[in-house]
Amino acid sequence: MIRVVLPAHLRGLAHIAGEVQVEIKGPVTQRSVVDALEASYPMLRGTIRDHVTQQRRPFLRFFACEEDLSHESPDAPLPDAVVAGKEPLLIVGAIAGG
Amino acid sequence: MSGVRVLVGTRKGAFILTSDGKRERWDVSGPHFAGWELYHLKGSPVDPNRLYASQCSGWFGQIIQRSDDGGKTWTQPGTPPGEQAAPGGPPKAESNKFVYDTSAETGKPLTTHQFYDGKQHPWEFKRVWHLEPSLSDPDTVYAGVEDAALFRSKDGGKSWQELSGLRGHGTGPKWQPGAGGMCLHTIVLDPSNPKRVFVAISAAGAFRSDDAGETWQPINRGLKSEYIPDPEAEVGHCVHRIAMHRSRPGVLFMQKHWDVMRSDNAGDLWKEVSGNLPTDFGFVVDVHAHEPETIYVVPIKSDGEHFPPDGKLRVYRSRSGGNEWEALTKGLPQRDCYVNVLRDAMAVDSLDKCGIYFGTTGGQVYCSADAGDNWAPIVRDLPAVLSVEVQTLA
Repeated sequence: MIRVVLPAHLRGLAHIAGEVQVEIKGPVTQRSVVDALEASYPMLRGTIRDHVTQQRRPFLRFFACEEDLSHESPDAPLPDAVVAGKEPLLIVGAIAGG
Repeated sequence: MSGVRVLVGTRKGAFILTSDGKRERWDVSGPHFAGWELYHLKGSPVDPNRLYASQCSGWFGQIIQRSDDGGKTWTQPGTPPGEQAAPGGPPKAESNKFVYDTSAETGKPLTTHQFYDGKQHPWEFKRVWHLEPSLSDPDTVYAGVEDAALFRSKDGGKSWQELSGLRGHGTGPKWQPGAGGMCLHTIVLDPSNPKRVFVAISAAGAFRSDDAGETWQPINRGLKSEYIPDPEAEVGHCVHRIAMHRSRPGVLFMQKHWDVMRSDNAGDLWKEVSGNLPTDFGFVVDVHAHEPETIYVVPIKSDGEHFPPDGKLRVYRSRSGGNEWEALTKGLPQRDCYVNVLRDAMAVDSLDKCGIYFGTTGGQVYCSADAGDNWAPIVRDLPAVLSVEVQTLA
């Protein structure tokens, strides 16, 4: 299972607490993880990536294993530790605004 | 016993204020959707327990929320809480999907608009400013959005379709964003004619459809805006708000960036009725529930300041449909007050006597239970208020 940590606002929207776990069949990438997340929690569609362009929303970033993966290809494999479930994929809201 | 429910959208959540018909003691519920911007909430005139809310965030985009129990519980239409899509099942959660129409001939963007640098710019969806439930069907609701366009849902907010005749009628390239963005912020439905809809856009002006939103025409004749190259242009005016009394749908009142205006022919021609106002800039305008010639504005000092003149928060009332105005001050701060009252932040109830409500960027929501003669704050310390709507409950 792939572990995902969401920002608090999205946890509230999806009515979940703590980490989310999703099952991925096939390559584990940013795209496949967000696809699985949106399939399980459809209310998150459009909040992490744009409905139409599928681009990551500008004020959200993807981190794992202490690395910023935000500018990696959405189809690049995620780190082995994420695939093995040892580390979560962190979806983080930019610290900005009032 | 009759009562009122006041729906308040703020920068950091929604609040619901309820009272009996006396409007003296209030229950405050909220914050709902804490931390999110709530641009607007509004109830269906057909089913008062059906509420729609526009929830948005610079981080996470647009969310539409719906309540079927008067605001006690909320769901994103199509995705009840806890419900998950079946594996391989049909995609859900289209309730926050606002996609602009493209040209049927070319498949390319329908049109472009003028950007701050004077160049043409494609439409980009940012947020829903205003939700206007249908007068006859609780599942039909209109959404005015930024970048300016009109969408409609016929399934209780589950999915949205653009009424693209508005952007596509030809003047789109002349529309431009105001300081708050290029937003469609006002939707007025004609209670006597289900095919007639009015909208207003900053900064394009007012538009009318007589065929239920399929085709549109600008209705800006008589407006004069000295801040645009042609002050009497067909489009380009920064209209802030339009109000109508349901008994006289052909009479419209407008608060423009500068000037308070009225039209007696459904927008075909406007005339200025600013009269003796201390400043004719402001955002809100509304009409007394039982007196169609009694109207209200809150003059604001502009352009650079956007607070009440002289630090005195005054609602101005005209009992003559404009031109002659009286200041309403009892119970409102008359010194050191530097808040703003934004365009969707005034509403009236239909009790007798008519109640008037408005919210400020300082977080106060004021109520007058006697048509403006006396005012009292319902709440003083909310986040900045973006919108106020009121429901009169049987």
